[in-house]
Amino acid sequence: MTSQADNYQAENYYEPEKNIGEVVLDVRDLRTYLYTRWGITKAVDGLNFQVRAGETLGIVGESGCGKSMTALTLLRLAPKPAARIVSGEIFLDGENILERPENEMRFVRGQKISMILQDPMTSLNPVFTIGNQMVEALGMYYQEEQQRGLRDRAVDILRRMGVAAPERRVMDFPHQMSGGMKQRVVGAMAIAGTPRVLICDEPTTALDVTIQAQYLRLLKQVQAESGVSIIFITHDMGVVAKMCDRALVMYAGRVVEQGDIRTLFKNPSHPYTKALMASVPSMEEKHVDKLYSIEGQPPALFDLPVGCRFANRCEFVTDKCIETYPPSFANEQGHSADCWLLEGQSEWRQVTEAGV
Amino acid sequence: MEQDVLLQATDLTKYFPVTKGLVLQKIIGWVQAVDHINFTIRRGQTLALVGESGCGKTTTAKLILRLERPTTGQITLETADVHNLEGEELKQYHTDVSAVFQDPWSSLSPRMRVRDIISEALVVNQKVTTKEAYDRVDYLLESVGLRAQQATLYPHEFSGGQRQRLAVASALVGNPKLICLDEPVSALDVSIQAQIMNLLKDLQDQFNVGYLLVAHNLATVRYLAHEVAVMYLGEIVEQAETDELYDNTLHPYTKALFSAALTANPDSQREEIILRGEVPSPINPPSGCRFHVRCPYAMDICSQEIPERKELAPGHFVSCHLY
Ligand SMILES: Nc1ncnc2c1ncn2[C@@H]1O[C@H](COP(=O)(O)OP(=O)(O)OP(=O)(O)O)[C@@H](O)[C@H]1O
Ligand SMILES: Nc1ncnc2c1ncn2[C@@H]1O[C@H](COP(=O)(O)OP(=O)(O)O)[C@@H](O)[C@H]1O
Ligand code: SF4
Ligand code: SF4
Ligand SMILES: [Mg+2]
Ligand SMILES: [Mg+2]
Repeated sequence: MTSQADNYQAENYYEPEKNIGEVVLDVRDLRTYLYTRWGITKAVDGLNFQVRAGETLGIVGESGCGKSMTALTLLRLAPKPAARIVSGEIFLDGENILERPENEMRFVRGQKISMILQDPMTSLNPVFTIGNQMVEALGMYYQEEQQRGLRDRAVDILRRMGVAAPERRVMDFPHQMSGGMKQRVVGAMAIAGTPRVLICDEPTTALDVTIQAQYLRLLKQVQAESGVSIIFITHDMGVVAKMCDRALVMYAGRVVEQGDIRTLFKNPSHPYTKALMASVPSMEEKHVDKLYSIEGQPPALFDLPVGCRFANRCEFVTDKCIETYPPSFANEQGHSADCWLLEGQSEWRQVTEAGV
Repeated sequence: MEQDVLLQATDLTKYFPVTKGLVLQKIIGWVQAVDHINFTIRRGQTLALVGESGCGKTTTAKLILRLERPTTGQITLETADVHNLEGEELKQYHTDVSAVFQDPWSSLSPRMRVRDIISEALVVNQKVTTKEAYDRVDYLLESVGLRAQQATLYPHEFSGGQRQRLAVASALVGNPKLICLDEPVSALDVSIQAQIMNLLKDLQDQFNVGYLLVAHNLATVRYLAHEVAVMYLGEIVEQAETDELYDNTLHPYTKALFSAALTANPDSQREEIILRGEVPSPINPPSGCRFHVRCPYAMDICSQEIPERKELAPGHFVSCHLY
């Protein structure tokens, strides 16, 4: 049972200061296609984005738009044989990891880029203790002569992830822990190799709000201490607003808009982002009569239209939109969006070709 | 606006036995899932239950649906004592009260056509012809924004959002007076959530049906509910009309719960209270005020005496020694 003193500690918390550095991850024209019996599912279809050291980048978008497949591709873990990376480059610390031979990827994963999943049970083995699993994970990153101290190291990392009495916890099996605790253990394993980039794919959807709040605060602290860049995938706009510096809005395999969080929430440019933001209810607003809602559904990724993928749901659609996929337009602030409405506007500069 | 009471729960309690041993099952304790709670649902209005997982929300809904029997206490719908109904009255109850659960699959059998799934409750509980039942299904499909022609499809031929609409159509089939909605939108995409929430609101206006809404998303609750009850470890700790509660949270647990909820606003300056620890086990809940082990304001009396429920503003009830 927690003591009263523990409860009060929560009061002495300062939002850690952000320290954003050089570009760590640079993704160019990335395409991952899945070859299925329905045809070619273009789950990731021409992604361009960068992540800086110490930055948190959100990825948002409707179910099935390619968020998780993007994450798996960055780790080179997209499901085989269905998935193939058909084009692109992933520069991590200046090196294109797509050129690494497969057998070297296990060193890249964990030490350079690592991932926390939504369901901790899929990442924890039910038949081994937490301690054994952590020692095994850590063993991948340390030389043999350093391995004797691995158990202490495991205890230390658990403590950093806010696990109380970690010396005793390492002897527990996963089923003896609550959801929030398991998520911390998974988090501890993901940061054990001190990665440069940590991908979190819906890590808090299974958690209660009070536990989610603890966990998000913890991630921020870990980031402030280690300078790790975080890619945060979620449906929850509240989590994005809280955690991220910038975000990508994905729609049907593409990034349709990207920019800093304030601009995306307050002044979005792409009609899909506008509609998405308008359909989120607010707990601060009294009596809204009717929420905005986007009718219809995104197109199937194995049967994409040639034009704008949002055209069938867009209130501003024109013939041009249906005929040709819009180019990306970018402004001075590093904000960009794929939409014909931005063509010819003075602050927007065309940065890609139309129709690809 | 005073509305008449549709459903009333009085002193409602549900304990589940915790047993040990395989053959001679010995009861070694009780899960106090729902513990002496009181609430009313008004005709055509929505009461929301909020709180962390395991606090007893679903058990409360199951007690109303007669999927569980209360340990003590009573539920009345209009004037009928729900757990003492028999025969025709019981059948009528099952058409008057229905449910929509989080996972639309659980209520939709995969091998039946949508129109047979939806009309099943009608055919079982009321004497209607197949023709009448199918006509009603066509009408309901249109009401929930689908097409009558889709009645002959199977559930897997619909998207997640459409399946949730089917679940709503099924729940409406008997012209119910009350629908229990247990996390009706949390498994859906943001854009689909908005569609279903609007649908639920429209249908309530149209059919004057009452809702018991179980949801953890406080923005969803603010949009849909007229009244909110906050539960912690089986008890209702605070209860008020929606706007009153959101503008004036009083109980320390409610304050923490509301402050932990994130708003889709990067400039939000709301104060954040982060609770330490997790919800204690409902098997041997803490003495006195059950929140005292996590409460930043706990005093000596809190671990010794159960706080009384007080009405601090009209219709605003709180159980806490601070008041
Ligand atoms: N193993 C697989 N084989 C074939 N297609 C797949 C596979 N996994 C995913 N897909 C398809 O790839 C597309 C992108 O899926 P992805 O998991 O990236 O979506 P997501 O954006 O993460 O969605 P969610 O928000 O529901 O998690 C979808 O159309 C999905 O059906
Ligand atoms: N059939 C059951 N047998 C034993 N315990 C149960 C049963 N159903 C629920 N419980 C327990 O009762 C408590 C309340 O559960 P529930 O009503 O499902 O919570 P919620 O819906 O608020 O998450 C939990 O501790 C849960 O584990
Ligand atoms: S390109 Fe056309 S259809 Fe696509 S989002 Fe812009 S206006 Fe809408
Ligand atoms: S009764 Fe005491 S412990 Fe319980 S909520 Fe109030 S102040 Fe906190
Ligand atoms: Mg996903
Ligand atoms: Mg529940």
